[in-house]
Amino acid sequence: MGALDGNAIAGVLHAAFGEEMTTATGTCATCGATNLLATLRVYLRAPGAVARCPVCDEVQLVLIEARGFVCVDLRGLAALSHAE
Amino acid sequence: MVQLVDETARTKSIVLEVPGWAGHRAGQHIDVRLTAEDGYQAERSYSIASAPEDRYVVITVERLDDGEVSPYLTDELRPGDELELRGPIGGYFVWEQKLGGPLLLIGGGSGVVPLRAMLRHYLAIGSAVPVRVLYSTRALADVIYREELMKMIDDDGLDIRFTLTRQQPAGWHGYARRIDESLLADLAFPSNEHPLVYICGPTGFVETAAGGLVALGHEPSRIRTERFGPTGA
Amino acid sequence: MAISRGFRGRRTGADPARVPPGQYVTGDFPVLSAGPTPHTPLAEWTFEIRGVVDTPVSWTWDEFGALPNETITTDIHCVTKWSKLDTVWRGVSLDTLLDGVETTAQYVLAFSDGGYTTNLPLDDVMGGKAWVAFEYDGAPLDPEHGGPARLLVPHLYFWKSAKWVRGLELRDRDEPGFWEMYGYHNYGDPWKEQRYAGD
Repeated sequence: MGALDGNAIAGVLHAAFGEEMTTATGTCATCGATNLLATLRVYLRAPGAVARCPVCDEVQLVLIEARGFVCVDLRGLAALSHAE
Repeated sequence: MVQLVDETARTKSIVLEVPGWAGHRAGQHIDVRLTAEDGYQAERSYSIASAPEDRYVVITVERLDDGEVSPYLTDELRPGDELELRGPIGGYFVWEQKLGGPLLLIGGGSGVVPLRAMLRHYLAIGSAVPVRVLYSTRALADVIYREELMKMIDDDGLDIRFTLTRQQPAGWHGYARRIDESLLADLAFPSNEHPLVYICGPTGFVETAAGGLVALGHEPSRIRTERFGPTGA
Repeated sequence: MAISRGFRGRRTGADPARVPPGQYVTGDFPVLSAGPTPHTPLAEWTFEIRGVVDTPVSWTWDEFGALPNETITTDIHCVTKWSKLDTVWRGVSLDTLLDGVETTAQYVLAFSDGGYTTNLPLDDVMGGKAWVAFEYDGAPLDPEHGGPARLLVPHLYFWKSAKWVRGLELRDRDEPGFWEMYGYHNYGDPWKEQRYAGD
């Protein structure tokens, strides 16, 4: 089963951030690559959604939905912004 | 739910009336959540098959035999039933006129769904952007929206080509293999025309198509992809 | 919240006494993963016990295969709410692997190919409660399900049963593993519904 991409977590990210996030750019804290969140490699079927860098495969973002809350962990990103 | 439409033996379009729907962009999706009486929930994403100009919100669901959600949607839903959904979602895998072209749409299996929304939108706004479509599926009987796509070819003059990977009808002159670099080289706009490319389908399909185009010189930044998985149905 | 008329999902009926709170029984075996499936060649595979020990020990795949093993029939409970009853495994007991290992450690951190980790009290992997499993349902463990070998600790939520396990690090102090760091419960007892930190 291959990975999906950031489109698969667009809805949860929107719910967590209050805005469209797949067009935001993340800078990988491990390898420095900049990627649109839509292009991250996403592993959905886990205790949480794990989004990995398409270049170095390290974890950039982890999403957990627990007890009605969405917890987003962005430890794997050095920066996150909407470009332009 | 307003109506169920049989598209192929395994896919159905589900026509929804969504009160308060503020419109959407071609290529976006919705997240559908089902709740059983005991509180058990399952959630899946479905691309919107309808254009922003269409009256209802339509999704097209492929029934997976071992699926948890898709058999419910294709077999159990009745007109008048309610579906809980969130959307429209997505800002990346969308096409609108201001993004221009030339436009190359490549779909594998049910990956054709968001591309169909883009084509309906394209026609509704009377866009003159050059457009080409490649749709890969197993056999003619598996072509979703077959009549509609044939009409787009015959009446609207759209360049839509199919590759039937497992079975072809007698006298078939189209492609008959899984997508590869030489098929893309045949069919895609030349890389120096800098087409805007949308590729949607299973992960393996998307990666083969995207990789093939990059090998032909297309810029990765002009290629937008959306991967479907078995978990998507 | 709208109830979807007639929706049941993949659940099957089961004896409620065997189903922890909040769980639903499934007939299939969902594949859940936080990353790509690793594929370590068996010729390179080792299982190590290291950390707060007098002497670290390790086994190659062949050496591991020569150890006494047993069949385990058990229920498993995933924190994502599915439970699977009467699953059958074959594995080497952690009691066998830890036999002769001198340690004052109270905790273990299991580590896997691909970087996954999970933490447990040492007590919870001893006394016939844990195995390194290499067969599921009579066949070699599929890479998707953690093959060639995974940890099997069925009395805790299944994220503690680390797939693609390569060893245990014995520790004096507890250190949270992958999901524990992201907010899942440090211990994970399904019968007390310890899913998230603070439960």
